[in-house]
Amino acid sequence: MSGGSLGDVLFYVIAAITVISAAGVAFSPNIVYSAFSLMGAFMGVAGLYVFLAADFVAVVQVLIYVGGILVLTLFAVMLTHRIADVRISNRSVGALPSLLIIAVIGGVMGKAILGAGWKTATAEDAIRGVVEGQASVWPPTQTTYAIGNAFLNEYILPFELASVVLLAALIGAVVVSRKELKD
Amino acid sequence: MAVGLQHYLFVSLILFALGLYCVLTRRNAIGILMGVELILNSANVNYLAFSRYGSGTYDGQVFAIFVIMLAAAEAAIGLAIVLGIYQTFQTIDVEAAETMRG
Repeated sequence: MSGGSLGDVLFYVIAAITVISAAGVAFSPNIVYSAFSLMGAFMGVAGLYVFLAADFVAVVQVLIYVGGILVLTLFAVMLTHRIADVRISNRSVGALPSLLIIAVIGGVMGKAILGAGWKTATAEDAIRGVVEGQASVWPPTQTTYAIGNAFLNEYILPFELASVVLLAALIGAVVVSRKELKD
Repeated sequence: MAVGLQHYLFVSLILFALGLYCVLTRRNAIGILMGVELILNSANVNYLAFSRYGSGTYDGQVFAIFVIMLAAAEAAIGLAIVLGIYQTFQTIDVEAAETMRG
């Protein structure tokens, strides 16, 4: 983040929204509330992307996660629940062993984050990026052009494979969810 | 203290832990899928944080877009399977759906 304390405050606000919403997803006893909390988490993460100088990814996040996946999830919730018995709709079991596992994993990862001595980008890296044509200015002001170039140059194979995967997912979803015809 | 790489990594760690809790404790198939989405989002935050503070390239952002694409495919297939389970078992409790062919 570039200096200013206002930016820092905004970061903490957005991070708090994200974490609280994610906690709502994890702990809410009602699956419908979980689904709506998920929207807050996705929007908060999109805000974090903006802070990370990734404007295009932030917009994609809002379009696909909030506009697509969340709506799909809500559809599935509404189609598979009688809304009247929501009280038992999001049963969770084994909370204590799970919390233990998560405490261990989280402790290890948190220690790694604090102790790793990350080498963050320096002015020299920025200059190198400019020389290699990867960034005209770092952090970038707009990323769409560079991402499009990357997709059609060095990432062309995964890009094409992604279209095949999406086609397979499309056909697979139709085949799996259709009603079977008795012949 | 100015916001830096570690702040983002900690937000991502918390998201990951909450998603993992969701996956481990939920017995509702849609709840499990929500946990998976949280975990994928935490991975994306990591990608973008390292892209911003580490490499000075766009590779992390490209990977994040691939992850979002795969998450969309996963959600479509997963929810289709959930609907199939519901048609067969009249419930989406993952412990009730024990047989491959109802």
